Amino acid sequence: MSWVNAVVQGILLGGLYALVAAGLSLVFGVMRIVNLAHGVLAVLAAFGAYVLGDTLGLHPFLALLVVVPVMAAVGYGLQRGLLNRALGGGELAPLLVTFGLAIVLQNALLEAFSADSRRLDVGDLGTASIRLGDGLAIGVFPLLAAVVGVLVIAAIGQFLARTATGRAMRATSDDRDAAALMGIDGRHLYAVATAIALATVAIAGVFLGARSTFDPSAGGTTLIFAFEAVVIGGLGSLWGTLLGGVVLGVAQALGAAVDPAYGVLAGHVVFLVVLATRPRGLLPSAVTA
Amino acid sequence: MTAPLLEVAGVGKRFGKLTVLHDVSFSLAPGEAFGVVGPNGAGKSTLLNVVAGVLPADGGRVVLDGEDVTRTGAAARCRSGIGRSYQVPRPFGGMTVFENALVAASFGAGLRGRAAADAAYAALVTAGLDGQADTTAGTLRLLDRKRLELARALATNPRLVLLDEIAGGLTEAEVPALVETVRQLGREGVAVVWIEHVVHALVAVVTRLMCLTYGEVLAVGDPHEVLADPKVVEVYLGSTIAGDDPGLEESA
Repeated sequence: MSWVNAVVQGILLGGLYALVAAGLSLVFGVMRIVNLAHGVLAVLAAFGAYVLGDTLGLHPFLALLVVVPVMAAVGYGLQRGLLNRALGGGELAPLLVTFGLAIVLQNALLEAFSADSRRLDVGDLGTASIRLGDGLAIGVFPLLAAVVGVLVIAAIGQFLARTATGRAMRATSDDRDAAALMGIDGRHLYAVATAIALATVAIAGVFLGARSTFDPSAGGTTLIFAFEAVVIGGLGSLWGTLLGGVVLGVAQALGAAVDPAYGVLAGHVVFLVVLATRPRGLLPSAVTA
Repeated sequence: MTAPLLEVAGVGKRFGKLTVLHDVSFSLAPGEAFGVVGPNGAGKSTLLNVVAGVLPADGGRVVLDGEDVTRTGAAARCRSGIGRSYQVPRPFGGMTVFENALVAASFGAGLRGRAAADAAYAALVTAGLDGQADTTAGTLRLLDRKRLELARALATNPRLVLLDEIAGGLTEAEVPALVETVRQLGREGVAVVWIEHVVHALVAVVTRLMCLTYGEVLAVGDPHEVLADPKVVEVYLGSTIAGDDPGLEESA
């Protein structure tokens, strides 16, 4: 039964990883940037919710009403003020700029909040569970995180498929110059994509912060798990990212079932195996260059 | 004479030490069809890129309907009425044919909802692609990709369309339909700049013709007079200028 339990918990964990990775996947899909600050931005959002809880007594989920729009605005400004400029400087420039941004943000958080571990308090929800049978129970909070992950990915997918702005993003992703000839302003469009990405990473950050403790240095691990989910699933493919998150989550849960020390390691091993055998990921994006 | 829709004045373009365009000037009345011929490497596509704003001009001015757009980007020029097709088609491969046109109608023409969908579909009908609206653009064969270039340019609701060798690769039977399509644009008041190696298709539509060579204007004026010009005959056409010599249709 413990194996079944591990798989179920792993799937739920995978939903959370997919939630974290959704924005990373979107930004890469639209503008071919790997945002190395993605993890720190999730931690930033968690601290935002923490401050709102600490000062105003807001429940973390209520804090989302503030944190999500603020992070979206930050994303829009970040893209227009910084990343769009970096895009003109070749493939390496955005990587270096986001790497630098991650360092600056992490140290700013360290300065403001110290290295103490914090946790967002979601009350009874954090411990509530649903009993499915002998020895198998699902935590309400992990289930909620996974459901939100699926919903966010589905929503982004529908946005890309059905709205004019979403179609423009796919067009720009296929051929930026040709898209400009259709009257599409890439600078604005990229900023909208980053705003959406940071809105989703804000949700992810709050769920991560409520699931376990976090401190200013938590961004690195967050980024690695999100990046692994994106790569396992196939770069630029949203549903691939969900699958990648689930594969990673199940691998970690099964590894941890063998020995708690093997959890993270098992995830990395699966990542490397996928990279070696299916370098384009499990669900490669339909677009071929 | 009415005010020109497009005025290209003394435009120059260099890539490093190579001068691709030198002091090119011409103007275009609303609804006029203007042909451009010249040997490969004469700077024809570069000229269209400068007019569309894909490449910045190094000198001179591009004026659209009285407004100087020399420093304006491609996206803004598209919204103000310039539609451009690529010689080597560049479809949005991951999207359907209809979505390709819909993007052009939504952003180039600034239409929304039903109006955007109708304009996109109308452009597909004009280009003869309505039967493949739901096909993924990346799987189209070359000829249909060229049609899609035309459809997308038309869906932006342009006042000026820049066509880059859209007849190359068509069969003899298909050329008259294309000629009729371009004529129809003129009747709707859309001006056309058309680069084409299929000279007889060009002459059937355009009212004026320009011959470019080494980035300079060699001759411009009445199509038949330009084609009869000894200088044009020498640098571009070799010996024959009949205009329907099949040997001239070796464009890619």
